[in-house]
Amino acid sequence: MGRILLVCRLAARDLRRRSGEAVLLLLVITAATTTLTLGLILHGVTTSASYQSTQAATAGPDVVAWGGPPADVMALAHAQGVIGHTGPYPVASPVLRVRGLTVPVLAEGRDQAPAPIDQPKLTQGTWVGNGAVVLERSFADTLGIRAGDSVTLNGRPFLVAGIAVTAANPTDPPTTPGLLWLTRADARSLATVAHPLSFTLNLKLADPAEAPAFVSAHAAGDGTGILWSWEFIRGLDTQVVTNEQLVMLVGSWLLGLLAVASVAVLVGGRMAEQTRRVGLLKAVGGTPGLVAAVLLAEYLILALIAAAAGLAAGWLATPLLTRPSLFPGLARAPGAPPLTVSTVALVVAAAVAVAVAATLVPALRAAGTSTVQALADAARPPRRRARVIAVSARLPVPLLLGLRLVARRPRRVVLSGASIAITVTTIVAVLVYRASNASGGPGTDPVGQVMLVVTVALFVLAAINAVFITWATVLDARRSSALARALGANSRQVTAGLSAAQVLPALPGAMVGIPAGIALYAAVSNGQTLIIPPTWQLLAVVAGTLLVVAGLTAIPSRVGARRPMAEILQSETA
Amino acid sequence: MSDTGRTYMLLARGLRKEYGKGEGLVRAVDEVDLEVTAGETVAVMGPSGCGKSTLLHLLGGLDRSSGGEIWLDGRRVDQLGERALARLRRDAVGFVFQAFHLMDELTAVENVELPALLAGRSPRTARRQADGLLEQVGLADRAKFLPTALSGGQRQRVAIARSLANDPLVVLADEPTGNLDSQATLDVLRLFDSLHAAGQTLVIVTHDSRIAATADRLISMRDGAFIDETRLTGGATGHLGAPARIKG
Repeated sequence: MGRILLVCRLAARDLRRRSGEAVLLLLVITAATTTLTLGLILHGVTTSASYQSTQAATAGPDVVAWGGPPADVMALAHAQGVIGHTGPYPVASPVLRVRGLTVPVLAEGRDQAPAPIDQPKLTQGTWVGNGAVVLERSFADTLGIRAGDSVTLNGRPFLVAGIAVTAANPTDPPTTPGLLWLTRADARSLATVAHPLSFTLNLKLADPAEAPAFVSAHAAGDGTGILWSWEFIRGLDTQVVTNEQLVMLVGSWLLGLLAVASVAVLVGGRMAEQTRRVGLLKAVGGTPGLVAAVLLAEYLILALIAAAAGLAAGWLATPLLTRPSLFPGLARAPGAPPLTVSTVALVVAAAVAVAVAATLVPALRAAGTSTVQALADAARPPRRRARVIAVSARLPVPLLLGLRLVARRPRRVVLSGASIAITVTTIVAVLVYRASNASGGPGTDPVGQVMLVVTVALFVLAAINAVFITWATVLDARRSSALARALGANSRQVTAGLSAAQVLPALPGAMVGIPAGIALYAAVSNGQTLIIPPTWQLLAVVAGTLLVVAGLTAIPSRVGARRPMAEILQSETA
Repeated sequence: MSDTGRTYMLLARGLRKEYGKGEGLVRAVDEVDLEVTAGETVAVMGPSGCGKSTLLHLLGGLDRSSGGEIWLDGRRVDQLGERALARLRRDAVGFVFQAFHLMDELTAVENVELPALLAGRSPRTARRQADGLLEQVGLADRAKFLPTALSGGQRQRVAIARSLANDPLVVLADEPTGNLDSQATLDVLRLFDSLHAAGQTLVIVTHDSRIAATADRLISMRDGAFIDETRLTGGATGHLGAPARIKG
């Protein structure tokens, strides 16, 4: 017990002494655990029950038909197995303007009396009237419109009488326009030569389970009409959650990998600084086991705090990803399932795994260091790469210094390159997603929003990594940098060399990220259309990444290159 | 002052280096005047912490002074900007450190050629010159060895070869034998003697009286100031010998 207390006390003291680094580590691991928590919680989300309740509340149709002219659509009302219908309703395709935004919409003409099949359920305000429209809820939410607001359709003013949900709208958020209802007369008045009316018909079948077969039997095949079964509509709503789950899970894996890289770099840097502390611990009787336990305990404490913070943040953020506006066809949102014991256990285990994966080797190495060597604070000898040294002799001074720094610590170079590769992979995957899914309006794509959040988190983590790695390089290279200056390199050349040491591994990392991002999208898109973004965009990602890395590393490099060389050369031993 | 500056290879006037403020003020170097003629070897001796190394760092542009003047080959250098100071260290000054400060991942010859590469020489020229310098210090057969495979004395000889890479006007050596055993000290001693004989200007900070005895002049230092000066040979062309004159 006393031993455990001692280990905890020593670990806590050191964390307090280096609180800045501890906070950064905490942020890094928390980012990974938050995303993992979100992914795991979303994994438990199902939309089937929510869709069925919407269907019940709106008397949802079993099949929806779109097309024209009305006589063709109406023919379906007399098909075998149909026991009821509403419509055909005229649908115009005007342009809606509100607060400077211009978006295409589908305006469906309705009767003022309630329909027996597909009567949208109002969540705000009242039903349609002359000059008064009702907006589908997700669309209204995207544009920030509420009942009582004013909009224009093809330049004509309309009052927003209400907001409603429907089970008959197979909205694929990134690709379809918004939906609103208005009177039949208003719908007809909005038709133009360029955008004539189409018609929609809602069908009730004797056996709802036969809806897919009905659709197959009656699909025109010539593209003149569209038929959707209720299962298809439900599938699209479910797809939103499924895609979100996939993005979050893939994102949490990528963030987890970046977190391992961050922690490994930080731990490596800290272990290098702690050599003397290790020596002191051993000199006063600490066993190798105790030394390793103290070093591991620090990161385990941080990992546990990060797991708790990640669980809390993930749980609090889940409602944002399951909010009603993201689920157009649902009268109520699927809602976030509660945190389960298995989710908590998985997140804690992942955080601990990140900490252990990154610290075990350095901790064991420190524990195995000889006491005398540790007390002398001897630096870990750098690696020698003869070919790199020979090649670098032919380069300008900053590249000579940068390349030799790269060659000194190959593990750090791999971590740096991997960190950049993971980030570029994600950015490219998002670009491929954007290219493959043209947006149907501002902010109508929940999967795209989740992707953006994950990408931003990855970018921030990669930026922190770049700064960490640079600083670790600066610390590790303090003697060689001071020596280079003593031998005649100026501080600009040393600064550029330190930056080059980060940019050089970033280049292959960014290049690898391009095919990896395309492959990642192909792997998770379930065979959907894959459109590769233009070459200039991909090259811009590489160039932008290198510029950002150079920018991020400039400050720590500059600080490192300006450290007083006499002091360093005086204090550092050979 | 400029006339005086032109007379000497290295000249310091009223040189000061202070740390801290108020009651915590420490004068590491306190109003030091030093003149070193071309080809002269000057040894500075004194107890640990008396400011010898700090003085050397100031003279070589590794550190900035708090006051006073430094002239090198007739050019005032204490007011130079960072880049000009870097050029000065590269082209005009060679350093030898107590801890050798060789790059562990570079072989002996790669360490020696480094200053020439930093000065922009071609790799071939730098290598040829480094090979020559290693031969000069008796380590031609150790050119491809890493520092870890060399003895302390051999490492210091590599460091001395490196200090000569750009044909410096002056070599500044900080406790060059501080980490060496007797035999290695003797090797380094012979090397400095040969440099001295070849007319290289040397300023050596040392605890070792054998090294100090290779000098033309011996300066004693305490609490940041020069307290004594002894001329050992009477000139740059002399050999190792007994004290010639003692100045109070």
